Formats: sequence, structure tokens, C-alpha cells
Amino acid sequence: MAEPFLSIQHVRKSFGATTVVEDFNLDVEPGEFVSFLGPSGCGKTTVLRMVAGFEEPSAGKIVVAGKDITRLKPNQRNVGMVFQAYALFPNLTVAQNIGFGLKVAGMPKADIDRRVAEMLDIIKLPQMADRYPYQLSGGQQQRIALARAIAPKPKLLLLDEPLSALDAKVRVSLREEIRSIQKKLGITTIFVTHDQEEALSISDRIAVMYGGKAEQVGTPFEIYNRPATKFVANFVGTLNVLEGTVTDAASGRVRVNSEEVLLKGKLNGSKSGDTLSLALRPEAISLGRQPGRDSSLSGEISEVHFLGSVIRVRVGIGGSTVSLDTFNSPAAPPPAVGEKAEISFSSSDMLVLH
Amino acid sequence: MKSGKFWAWVVFALGAAYFFIPLIATVEFSMRMRRGAYSFDAYQIVLGDPRFQATFGYSVLAAIFTIILGVLIVVPAAYWIRLRLPQLRPIVEFITLLPLVIPAIVIVFGYIRMYGSNSPLPFLATDMGTNALLVIGYAMLALPYMYRAVDTGLRTIDVRTLTEAAQILGAGWGTIIGRVILPNVLIAVLSGAFLTFAIVIGEFTMASLLNRPAFGPYLQNVGANRAYEPAALAIIAFAITWGCMSLIQILSRFAPRSANRPN
Repeated sequence: MAEPFLSIQHVRKSFGATTVVEDFNLDVEPGEFVSFLGPSGCGKTTVLRMVAGFEEPSAGKIVVAGKDITRLKPNQRNVGMVFQAYALFPNLTVAQNIGFGLKVAGMPKADIDRRVAEMLDIIKLPQMADRYPYQLSGGQQQRIALARAIAPKPKLLLLDEPLSALDAKVRVSLREEIRSIQKKLGITTIFVTHDQEEALSISDRIAVMYGGKAEQVGTPFEIYNRPATKFVANFVGTLNVLEGTVTDAASGRVRVNSEEVLLKGKLNGSKSGDTLSLALRPEAISLGRQPGRDSSLSGEISEVHFLGSVIRVRVGIGGSTVSLDTFNSPAAPPPAVGEKAEISFSSSDMLVLH
Repeated sequence: MKSGKFWAWVVFALGAAYFFIPLIATVEFSMRMRRGAYSFDAYQIVLGDPRFQATFGYSVLAAIFTIILGVLIVVPAAYWIRLRLPQLRPIVEFITLLPLVIPAIVIVFGYIRMYGSNSPLPFLATDMGTNALLVIGYAMLALPYMYRAVDTGLRTIDVRTLTEAAQILGAGWGTIIGRVILPNVLIAVLSGAFLTFAIVIGEFTMASLLNRPAFGPYLQNVGANRAYEPAALAIIAFAITWGCMSLIQILSRFAPRSANRPN
């Protein structure tokens, strides 16, 4: 394996008696886009701020391109950062904002002008050079903030919830733009977000954080389909959780409600009689028996929501409710509340939460 | 017209009369120096008096130095408190209010005791030292106004994020304060500066007890010995103060608008 570009090693951060980050480890490859995903207070922004140099780790070290930067000041790190609140300088024009870092670095004016024009082209706002931040929309301001961060060609780009203050439509278009610029420039990027859809859609890898620790680090596919912990499974995506009891640990038989499901090789040392939390993604479940699905459970339809192209159905199974979506078909009316129903799924899609 | 609006106008008219009648009376009196006709003789005498020019020039110079000293002390202090020591804000605010509570005469007697010719810091031993002490005293007197003006300006910007944004782009403290913070609170600093100017121009107690040739003692001296000239001087001093206030209003229109307005 190649040397990681960014290496966060055993980093811990405490404020007084409160520890907000505990033994955090992460290696990031050159050009990789890694997201820190987690709820408020999980420590994701604190880790980012330690990489930026705004907070000093209580223990551990941070290495960028083989150089220990743990004790360096933020202005000595050659790191770019985009903030949630844009943080454009209100007294400077767009061009002056983008050229700020270049001017601080002592670049000649002609070179600054050339680089600013190049940046404005990249973010597709070439006509905005002479505007002031207050004359721009939130989305435009954040694109300028991105241009300002990457103009000095930093080694590392840090994005601290850059889309949180924007409306839904702008968020989607801007996140795609951020990803495309990042790929084009090949800049190693850390992106902090609490929005799972954002993280899943643009990241090479995701570090799901909880309680100051990385619960799981993996590709979006791994995080979604093979969550390592109960927290990750619950936090990322929608999940149906069912209680089951191991009836035969050797053969992997588990009883859910009054039916049996075969979970071969997934019980991880559970003994017969143990109670387990089993989880299924909505898209892994079909209404009625379907070919290729080896397991089924019976229940009663408790809710039906017609959403146009899809119909969201909730089925009560024992004391639990399972949510699933079916495509709308003009030829088939939606199921009725109170009807008996059978749901089917592949046992390989069922997750055992530990 | 609705009765509420009518009474509002009545209250406004009464307030305006309370304010303007004495002013108009002073202006009218200041123009009655020539028997039987209105004239600007009193103004001509005052403006032509070499002592007026000397004392006014002295006070303007003292005001400029006071403003520079005040800005150098208050801007970094208020900025640092907002950025790193917000828990100290109530204490600092209390300290900045002390000049309003402690009479200037008490402070100046303290200065005379502390900084006399035989003290380890003999400011009063030389004219330059006394001038410096007067400027320090003025900066202290103007502290409540300068600190509040600057602090209010800092409140309108996101000091922490702007500082961090500048830092991550490679800026040091000098660049951050000079190119990011100060330009964004410049109007607030100018407001504080003009308030300082207005205070220094009319200040009497400190200048008089430190025996400095300032405008305040000159105003008192003329007021005690002449009839029409004090009224003319009062109007001139009033015009200077109002000129300063108007400049604050005009400059505030050029304040950089916040970039953090919601989309």
C-alpha cells in the first residue's frame, strides 16, 4: 500500500474534563475524497479543526505528505478550508477574496489576476469578479469560498459542512460541482457533514463518527450494505429492525415472530436462545412471495402512503413494523390497510446488529 | 388625521422646541454685539483671537493623538476578547465604564500624585511628559465610547470565522487585523474617533489642573470675562460636535455590508 497522504494517528482532544475525540485514526490516500459523517457533537468538526490547526490535539499526531504538522500554526500548513458560514471577507470584492491567499503569499499581481480568472472559470462565475459578497446568493458565495480555498493550490482541502446553509436544490447541484472540481484538480479532500445522502453520493470513503470515535471507515457501498455497528446501521439509510431469537446456532436458524429465518454464517458466536436485532433495508423487501427470495414473514398492512411513482407500505410483524416501497402500477390497485400480507427477502440481505 | 399621530407630532414639536429654543436664543444673543443690528462681530473676535487658534489647535492635536492611542489600545483588546477571551467581556466592560463613574478631578489628582517630579515616572516634570499624560487621561475618558463603538462593530461580523478564514489562507496577525478586521469595523472605529474628538475638544478639568493650553480652559476663561463671545464660542463648539456626529452618519452609509445574510 502506498504511503498515505494524510495520516491522523491516535488523535485525542479534550476540553477540560470532556473528551470530544478519542483515539481517532485515519489514513487518506492522495486525491481521495473522504467524508466525516455523524450526528452533532460526534467530534467530526473537531477532527477537521485539528487538521486545519485551529485546535491542538491533546494526544496523537497528524502527518501530511510525510511531514508532522501537529504543532504547526494554521497559516503554516498550506491547507485550504471552506466554512459553513462562507466566511468571505465583506470588504473585499470576489476577485480580491479569491486572490487573498495569493497576495499573502507574495505572488506578483499579474499572476494573481491570472489565477483568479482561472478560478472564476472553474466555478463558472467569470462575470462576478467585481461584485461584493453581499451582492451574491448563498450558493454563489460558497462557490467563491471554494475558489478562494483552492486558489493557493493547497495540499489538502477541508470542507466544514459547506452546504448546510443552502436550500435543497442548490445543495445538490453544488455538491456535484464540488466533487467534479475536486476530481479535476485531484486534491485530497476531507468533507464534514451530518447529511448521509451528501456523504454517500460524493465520497470515495466515509468515516462514520459517534461519541468522538470512528465507528466505521469504508466506501459508501460498504457503509450502507455492511454496517459494522448498530449505530452505523441506524444512522446511515432507513432501516427496519426486527427482534429474533436464535433457535439453532449451529445451522443459523433464528425465529422472528413465529417464523424461522436461516442466517448461515452471520450469527458471530451467538448461542441458541440469544436474542438478536436483525435489520433489513426497505429496498431489500418485497411485498408477497418473489422468486429468488428465500425468506418470508407474515403480517398485516398497517399504513399505505401513495407517493406517485412509489407506494410506501408499512407492515406490522409481531411487535415491529417493517417499511417497504413498491412501484406504482396503474394495473394494480395499492394494497389496503388491514389486509394480511407476506413480505419476502433474501436472508443474505438481513443484517445482524451487534 | 388619527389622534395617535396628532399627539405624536405634539410630543415631537415639544421635544424639538425644548432642544432648539435655547440654541436659537444663544445664536440670537451671539449676534447682538453691535448695538441695534445683528452681526457676526462676536464670531470674528473669537476666530481672530490668537488664543482661540492656539488652544483650538492644541486640543485638535491632543484629540488626534488620543484617537490614535485609543484605537491602538481598544481595537486589538476588543478583538482579542471577542476571539479568545469572551468570558472576560463583562469584566472589561465594567472597567471601560469606570471613567463615567469616577470624576475626572479625582483621576487628575491621582495623576498628579502618581506622576509628579519626584515619582519613578515623572510625567509632570516636563511639558512633553505632561502633554503625554493629558493624552493618556483623555484616552481613558473616551474609553467607554471608543470601546462600545468598536465592540458594536465587531458584533456585526463573524470575528472568529473571518479570522480563521484569513489564517488558513496564510495570513499572520498583522494582516488579519489590518486587512480583514479593521476595514470591516472601520465605521465603528471612526464613530469612536469622532466621539473622542468631541470629548477632547470641550474637556476642561484635566487640561486645567494639568495647566495645559487647551480649548476647554480657554472656553471657561472667555465665558467668565466676556458677554457675547462665550455665546459665539458655544455655537462654534456645538457646530464642531454636530459636524462630528454628521460625519459618523455619512460614513456609516459606506460600511461594508455583511456577507453572511441568509440566502
